[in-house]
Amino acid sequence: MERPEAEPLGASHSCQTGEAEPGTGPAEEEPGGAAAGTMMEDCLSKKIEITVSEAEKRTGRNAMNMQETYTAYLIETRAVESQTEGQCSPPDSLWRRYSEFELLRNYLLVNYPHIVVPPLPEKRAEFVWHKLSADNMDPDFVERRRIGLENFLIRVASHPIICQDKIFYSFLTQEGGWKEMVNETGFQLKADSRLKALNATFRVKNPDKRFTELKHYSDELQSVISHLLRVRARVADRLYGVYKVHGNYGRVFSEWSAIEKEMGDGLQSAGHHMDVYAGSIDDILEEEEHYADQLKEYLFYAEALRAVCRKHELMQYDLEIAAQDLASKKQQCEELATGTLRTFSLKGMTSKLFGQETPEQREGKIKVLEEQIHEGEEQLKSKNVESREFVKSAWTDIERFKEQKNHDLKEALISYAVMQISMCKKGIQVWTNAKECFSKM
Amino acid sequence: MPHPLAASSSEEAASELTPSPDLLLPRSFADKDLSLPNGTPVDTSSPASSSSLLNRLQLDDDLDGETRDLFVTVDDPKKHICTMETYITYRVTTKTTRAEFDLPEYSVRRRYQDFDWLRNKLEESQPTHLIPPLPEKFVMKGVVDRFSEEFVETRRKALDKFLKRIADHPVLSFNEHFNVFLTAKDLNVYKKQGMALLSKMGESVKYVTGAYKLRSRPLEFAAIGDYLDTFVLKLGTIDRIAQRIIKEELEYLLELREYGPVYSTWGGLEMELAEPLEGVSACIGNCCTALEELSDDMTEDFLPVLREYILYSESMKNVLKKRDQVQAEYEAKLEAVALKKEDRPKVPADVEKCQDRVECFNADLKADMERWQNNKRQDFRQLLMGMADKNIQYYEKEKNYKYLPSTLLIM
Repeated sequence: MERPEAEPLGASHSCQTGEAEPGTGPAEEEPGGAAAGTMMEDCLSKKIEITVSEAEKRTGRNAMNMQETYTAYLIETRAVESQTEGQCSPPDSLWRRYSEFELLRNYLLVNYPHIVVPPLPEKRAEFVWHKLSADNMDPDFVERRRIGLENFLIRVASHPIICQDKIFYSFLTQEGGWKEMVNETGFQLKADSRLKALNATFRVKNPDKRFTELKHYSDELQSVISHLLRVRARVADRLYGVYKVHGNYGRVFSEWSAIEKEMGDGLQSAGHHMDVYAGSIDDILEEEEHYADQLKEYLFYAEALRAVCRKHELMQYDLEIAAQDLASKKQQCEELATGTLRTFSLKGMTSKLFGQETPEQREGKIKVLEEQIHEGEEQLKSKNVESREFVKSAWTDIERFKEQKNHDLKEALISYAVMQISMCKKGIQVWTNAKECFSKM
Repeated sequence: MPHPLAASSSEEAASELTPSPDLLLPRSFADKDLSLPNGTPVDTSSPASSSSLLNRLQLDDDLDGETRDLFVTVDDPKKHICTMETYITYRVTTKTTRAEFDLPEYSVRRRYQDFDWLRNKLEESQPTHLIPPLPEKFVMKGVVDRFSEEFVETRRKALDKFLKRIADHPVLSFNEHFNVFLTAKDLNVYKKQGMALLSKMGESVKYVTGAYKLRSRPLEFAAIGDYLDTFVLKLGTIDRIAQRIIKEELEYLLELREYGPVYSTWGGLEMELAEPLEGVSACIGNCCTALEELSDDMTEDFLPVLREYILYSESMKNVLKKRDQVQAEYEAKLEAVALKKEDRPKVPADVEKCQDRVECFNADLKADMERWQNNKRQDFRQLLMGMADKNIQYYEKEKNYKYLPSTLLIM
């Protein structure tokens, strides 16, 4: 799989110059974050070369002290400068397993909700056609996962904002104690459980229309890519069958040639070409798996996109609830102050029936409410700011993501077409050879 | 005019018995005119039959188109709807310079029954020769549409091949029934007459079937038999493989038909990606068309020829069996004479007749087998090259339609 393009084409995006402290989100950053001008030079990917070079089977004890088998991946990092100077210093390396990658990603999701966080390769093999194994321990699966994990790290390192995260840096460089460090940030507590409830709807009155449309788009994208991958797997299966059956010609031509005089040689050599034809499908389909992996990445990216839209929805919802709450408190306050009863309330009725409160009591209530209102106004103000910040920075990252997606998928589609052409050329070659053998019969 | 077969035949003739010319019996109506194409009379004094001599002499001429003087074509299928039945007729066109034909050109209409009749007549009247096969007679109604374009076209091709093979055969092409088939306006009239003639034919055409047991087949015929057995097996295997490939291709096609449109659907969601996605979708659609053509071609052109050769081989095996019968009869009668131990060691006429028959049969069969082998080689060369061609065309079509934007070069 090719490395993702480090430079999005023509997008303006922010590259935070300030330190992103572990456990903090973007709200604390400078408001003018979406500054013009690329500062890609600051991206980690320009300074460090990251590879996931090996995969190893391990056995160990899990949390319940039961023996388990898992695969560990070797992450190697090497400073880019050291290479350009002509020195090839040995890389730093450490081993990580898939669950640690998941932990890292969950941390990033919680702390950078306005970022379309790069996805991990799939947890379990899906969309497999029959020849491929759906077993997580299968070497082909492990190999494709290794490539996917490397891709993930490079994507994160190429992102102008999250590449600066300290936890990410530690993930790459600090072998021991990393898990504890992540958990200490307490990010799990910050996580909004509502984000996990995928389909719960919130009655948001004034969402930013762009996010609504985008959420709809990400749903459709997920659906269409899933469909595509499912059918592609079936197509691969069938194509495999067509090629492999031709191998039977090889054997029967050979047997037939044994009883023929003049026809024998031509048949025998044609049979050999049929064997070649049948064997060629294995490489063809292996190459196609890379294409499928590229599509899968964007299937999962669609989920990440959806999460950002969701976050906006929830923020907007909270904002509207807070505003609603404030408005009703203000109204209550006004009613108490003026003694008019505009809205029906039980209190109002009982006081009408059983007599009104004393002026002192009323004063007390008004004071409490006024405090609450003041607090509420402050909160609403900051929520508004937060929300505007979010919209701004999220939309910037979304624009960046769109550019990246269009570029990557266009390349993927083109390379798919090239693959198909190459397959046709091979087919023409083999059948031309066979035809020549037949002509000599 | 020395010929390899002539040599072996004369070896067989160099046995103790040398029958006189008047013992030679005409083995078919075609033997009436015993003259070579160029008009010179044939010496009928040799023990070998005149027709087999003709056979041998004309062996090389088959492949030389210039000396061919009889051309037959089957085309123009038409459907006839009558009260009793619906059936198809084919136009049979003949062009010839042969004296046996009154006119240089003929055009008649024949239906499958007529071809079947012809084949039976040929088998009866030319029992020592291999008669080319006809396409299958019975088709399961409801499974195969007897009137579909594909079925009719496949049948037409097979019937055309059938008549061409007879027309190219130096003995069969002179058969009277064949002549009538090609020329008579109303074949049914002749068919009724033919029944009467049949009863007059008598022993000369009747060959005993199954009454005698052959002790051992001569080596060369045993070799032919073995070859045919294996050949038929291999053809059967190839037929099964080809069918399996077609089946797999159609299943692949089915999936492709769902695959292409998904790219279009996706293209509908996108802006910048719409063009490449539509491009891929169109390519897949094109691939579907090309693939359908390929599997149709294989079904219509490849499989029928393969099956026909299986039938052809089975016919040849039957001819071999008949030959065995003739030899068995001869050997049995010879034994009977030897056992009698009469005073006069005169060979009875019927035993000499038998020996004659054996020799003629052997000669005819060997000649036919050699012709068959040559034709088989040409036919299969053409068939397999055709199969390779169709696959090449399929990939060419696919390749040339692949979407690649001009902007690829910039990227």
